[in-house]
Amino acid sequence: MKFGIIAFLLAIIGSIVYSCQSEDKIEFMRYYSAGQALYKTHCQNCHGQNGEGLAALIPPLTDTEYLKQHRKQLACYLKNGLKLPILVNGKAYNGEMPPANLAPVEIAQVLTYVQNSFGNKANVHNIDQVNAELGKCE
Amino acid sequence: MGLLFLAACSNKQSTEKKLPIYGEREPVTKTVNGKEVTDTVYHTIPDFKFTNQYGTEVTAKSLDNDIYVADFFFTSCPSICPIMHRNMLNVYQEFKNTPDVKIISHTIDPGHDSAAVLKKYADNLGVSGNSWWFLQGPKEATYKLAESYLTSVAEDKNAAGGLVHAGYFILVDKQKHIRGTYDGTKPEDTQKLITDIKTLQTEYKNNKTS
Repeated sequence: MKFGIIAFLLAIIGSIVYSCQSEDKIEFMRYYSAGQALYKTHCQNCHGQNGEGLAALIPPLTDTEYLKQHRKQLACYLKNGLKLPILVNGKAYNGEMPPANLAPVEIAQVLTYVQNSFGNKANVHNIDQVNAELGKCE
Repeated sequence: MGLLFLAACSNKQSTEKKLPIYGEREPVTKTVNGKEVTDTVYHTIPDFKFTNQYGTEVTAKSLDNDIYVADFFFTSCPSICPIMHRNMLNVYQEFKNTPDVKIISHTIDPGHDSAAVLKKYADNLGVSGNSWWFLQGPKEATYKLAESYLTSVAEDKNAAGGLVHAGYFILVDKQKHIRGTYDGTKPEDTQKLITDIKTLQTEYKNNKTS
């Protein structure tokens, strides 16, 4: 009888944990798949289908370290464009990225997609994070 | 019986693949040795004079013995140019060691794209040597030249300004006739362009031997 109650409680705890996780997963998938579509129309021409970039003209999106280090600036890069020379995969790129003209939620979606594609792995980049980051653009 | 023979003959000819010649054409009747001969005059790309990324003058004559691919772009183009030149790089890689196949990319923003800017662009793209020229010239001359490519494309493309903006690759033969147009933003169209260049090369090889 005692054993049965413990098992029952465990099952409840387990299902709560599981449903929380799957809600996160659902949120992630929602961002990711919307981001994938946005990437195709807004980013792919330059950065390529596989995030490979273009020779020394356009940087690839495969530098996981760069994305990790600049995670909090990425939203601003998309919103305002990027002019400074940057170092990606150890190579310098001097070009200019135009502003992406995306809504904050779209920025969140496309960032989630890029940071989880082309060999990259990161958590969801949600709208709250993006809004906070956009408030601190330099 | 004669008909059968004729059919067999034309059948054999059609297996030898030839690219069509695009553009307006008009029959011209001349008198040669007292006989009237009607010839078809095809649309040809007119002469031009531009400067390449090395600061060297390039005219239509510089391409007299070449099969070439032309396109229009500008270095600061954020939309379709990168994907066009990503695709064109495949053409470059395939033919960079073939002396009679060239690529010319005309900038439609000559104010910004000086020879020095074009050289830097070529360097960054990984393009060297003389098989791919980036050409700068007066805007009016460039647009006028674009129109001469366009008149031929216009047959199946409704948008007149489409050529420059839609990112077409145009295949031109050694006689300066247009032999094909391709959507430069599509990898599969670019693959067809590479195949067509090879077909054209074979055409010239066969003509030489026969």
